[in-house]
Amino acid sequence: MTRLLELATRVAGWARDGEQVEAYVGRRSDTDVVIYGGEIESLSSATSEGVGIRVIADGRQGFAYAGSLDLSVVEETMAEARDNAAFATPDEYLGLAVPDGVAAAELDLWCDDLASFPAQAKIDLALDLERRVKAGDPRIRSVESSNYGDGASESAVVTSTGMSATARRTGCHLSAYALAGEGDGTQTGGGYSVGRGPADLDVEEAAADAVERSTRLLGARKPPSARLTVVLDRRVTTTLLAVLSGTLNGESVLKGRSLFANRVGEQVAVDALTLVDDPTNPDAYGASPFDAEGLACRRNELIRDGVLQGFVYNTHAGRRAGVASTGSAVRGGFKSAPGVGCRALSLAPGPESQAGIMARVGDGLLVQGISGVHSGVNPVSGDFSVGAEGLMIRDGVLAEPVREITIASTIQRMLRDVVAVGNDLEWLPGAAAGVTLAIADMSMSGA
Amino acid sequence: MLDPSVLQRALGTALATGGDFAEVFVEDKRNSSARLDDRKVEELTSGRDRGAGIRVVVGDTTGFAHTSDLSDDGLRRAAEAAAAAARGGGGGVRAVALTATPARRPYQARVRPEDVAKAKKVELLLRADDAARSGPGAGAIKQVSAGYADSCRRIQVANSEGLLASDEVVRTRFGVSAVAVGDTGMQTGYEGVARTMGFEIFDGLDVDGVAGRAAARALAKLAARPAPSGKVPVVIAAGRGAVLFHEACGHGLEADHIEKQSSVYHGRVGEMVASPHVTLVDDGTMGSEWGAFAIDDEGRPAQRNVLIENGMLTDYMWDLLRSRKATRPSSGNGRRQSYQDLPMVRMTNTYLLGGTEDPDEIVRQTPHGVYVASMGGGQVTPATGDFVFGMTEAYLIENGEITLPLRDANLIGNGPEVLRNIDAVAGDFAMATGGGMCGKNGQSVPVGMGQPTLRITGVTVGGTAR
Repeated sequence: MTRLLELATRVAGWARDGEQVEAYVGRRSDTDVVIYGGEIESLSSATSEGVGIRVIADGRQGFAYAGSLDLSVVEETMAEARDNAAFATPDEYLGLAVPDGVAAAELDLWCDDLASFPAQAKIDLALDLERRVKAGDPRIRSVESSNYGDGASESAVVTSTGMSATARRTGCHLSAYALAGEGDGTQTGGGYSVGRGPADLDVEEAAADAVERSTRLLGARKPPSARLTVVLDRRVTTTLLAVLSGTLNGESVLKGRSLFANRVGEQVAVDALTLVDDPTNPDAYGASPFDAEGLACRRNELIRDGVLQGFVYNTHAGRRAGVASTGSAVRGGFKSAPGVGCRALSLAPGPESQAGIMARVGDGLLVQGISGVHSGVNPVSGDFSVGAEGLMIRDGVLAEPVREITIASTIQRMLRDVVAVGNDLEWLPGAAAGVTLAIADMSMSGA
Repeated sequence: MLDPSVLQRALGTALATGGDFAEVFVEDKRNSSARLDDRKVEELTSGRDRGAGIRVVVGDTTGFAHTSDLSDDGLRRAAEAAAAAARGGGGGVRAVALTATPARRPYQARVRPEDVAKAKKVELLLRADDAARSGPGAGAIKQVSAGYADSCRRIQVANSEGLLASDEVVRTRFGVSAVAVGDTGMQTGYEGVARTMGFEIFDGLDVDGVAGRAAARALAKLAARPAPSGKVPVVIAAGRGAVLFHEACGHGLEADHIEKQSSVYHGRVGEMVASPHVTLVDDGTMGSEWGAFAIDDEGRPAQRNVLIENGMLTDYMWDLLRSRKATRPSSGNGRRQSYQDLPMVRMTNTYLLGGTEDPDEIVRQTPHGVYVASMGGGQVTPATGDFVFGMTEAYLIENGEITLPLRDANLIGNGPEVLRNIDAVAGDFAMATGGGMCGKNGQSVPVGMGQPTLRITGVTVGGTAR
């Protein structure tokens, strides 16, 4: 870590008069085990590192990166970033972050045990998971892959404007993808468990999840089209919230690409809906003390009791909107300049369990998985249409499985058609927490 | 790239503790991009990625490690790590003699991106912005973004079977996205071009036309009504619609899914899996198409593979490991996102051959349905064959005529069923121009696709209109 911080500090020090320089230096080590048929299919282990440099001069921004910390390469990268800046359009709101006095949350996202966790133990975990999935139900035909993966990442961001922050985190996961069969029918389902260290992993839960998700869809048919209430499983809600976060991005709002522009203070969702982005929550998968510009992450309330409260901003978007950064700069590692985004979205949970919600809904559809989010959801127009699989809900309980259907509405309507938020909030991989969510009056397209 | 003697030493280290196969993959990639949004050239980005991935195969196990340190020492450490991961136990040093095999490039880039002034790239973006905002009805165009990106990827592959091959692939991509605002809210339109070529891609390219089509697409959708909900006949326009085959059967014909019996097309070679109108080809040698290259990322020359011929399944797509097990040659489909990834079976340029019918006649003979003029991406579960694909420009067909524009929606179908239900194929074959990125197990690679106008007797359209 010291080496990363030193290098970032050195690069930021290269700023000339009238120039601002930001250096982001990152390094990560990853291990990935894939098990198939009781054997190790592959075992990968590697470290990668790199630097991303942003230069702002005369109101113009340039960026360059390199997958190397070799000093001559870093110098070349600096020169490229500087050269790139000369070709951009001047923008009076550009500028790097400056210290804003907000203290960063004390978050322990690092698990020391991971470094000493032997490779054989990682292999054994994935083998154990594969065995458990196969043994979980006689209808499991095979496990397409059983994986163990872990990673440890460290980063430092330093600017010539006085920012200096470091962050480090570990993470590991176990996952299996099962194929279940009965007669001619085949169905698939995945299960996983994630944590910051090996002790957090629950093999049994991951196995049970893969078994249940694949077997309960066996015999699924394509139902006739209908309008009905859908109950989204936790994982599906996580995906939906990730889509929603794009519409609450201050940069999209400023550029006229958000359906929520000019609607702060308005009722955009049902009263029961409160949405918060809080990366300072240590339970959140995306928890982080600092954002991608080195400012402290903070809790941002986006929708309270259905009323839109505001948007998230990085330094640039905030300046343009005339507000302070909300500590919401995000970046895809060293290969990109900071954008705007949420890290830890969650809906305020309601009082009911998933079973309780289904009982109240009576007739509807439990959606276990969705597909085609990138191709069928337009966050600008709000059109929402995704492939789905799940089980019908009849008389308040789960009935026959269904497949090859879509569910559709618009994002605007879905927020107003929420009929229940579950009490089963769980932090899942990604930028949002999972929770059961019931939405009325969606179109299910089938036969 | 690296000297053969350096590669030989690395392969020797990789096999020092035994092992059936070892490979060193070296990559040196430079890319640059420029983005315009909200009337401003926001940023130019340059990137450099350089390193090597080393794999060692022992039995059915692959050990893999990568490094950005291309010195003898760096490669030795990576080779040792890969060997240890594969848990080779046999022992003994094996010397590898490398023989360079020349590869034929399907296309040689003429204007290298690094030789083009950055100002010229920026100029294209500004021009696109102006064009998108000045066509008919452009008063409703409220936002435009445009992107330019190029990459130059040099690779070198050496393996313990003596193979030594290298390639350089130059790709260039340009796209425009527009937002139109009307009484019904906001709509978006996109149009782009992407090819395996240098800056000469812009020779004769009507940049204003690209921008104009993006704007027109967004504007047309302002009047769009919700798409139907349910199963209807669907006519798919030539070109961009080919994502249909990429999802409906492309992924299911990849040998890794076949080996694990996680594809609906497993064990079906020689059987009729599609209507007789369907002849499907995957071809990495296709000139300057987006998914073309001289050698794949395992050093195998690209080739043209017929997958389905007049409805009959003829072959799958293969990479090195899967073909070794099946004791047959690779089909040149072993690809990887970067030196940091293991190769796997991937498509290159996948397309349906043209038929004989008149595209307009196909529409005329469709009393009621949906006409899909442009598609976004898609997604498939190969084990069940269920797949989705998104329409980004579509119209209602009423009484054999294309009528009202429809809002965006996904379509969902089952691969084998859709292939059987293709009842008309026109003679207007075209490759998609936009250039897709295909994601699989977290790796993204450029793929091309093409098809003529065709009709499917029934596919579920995931709209909201009853």
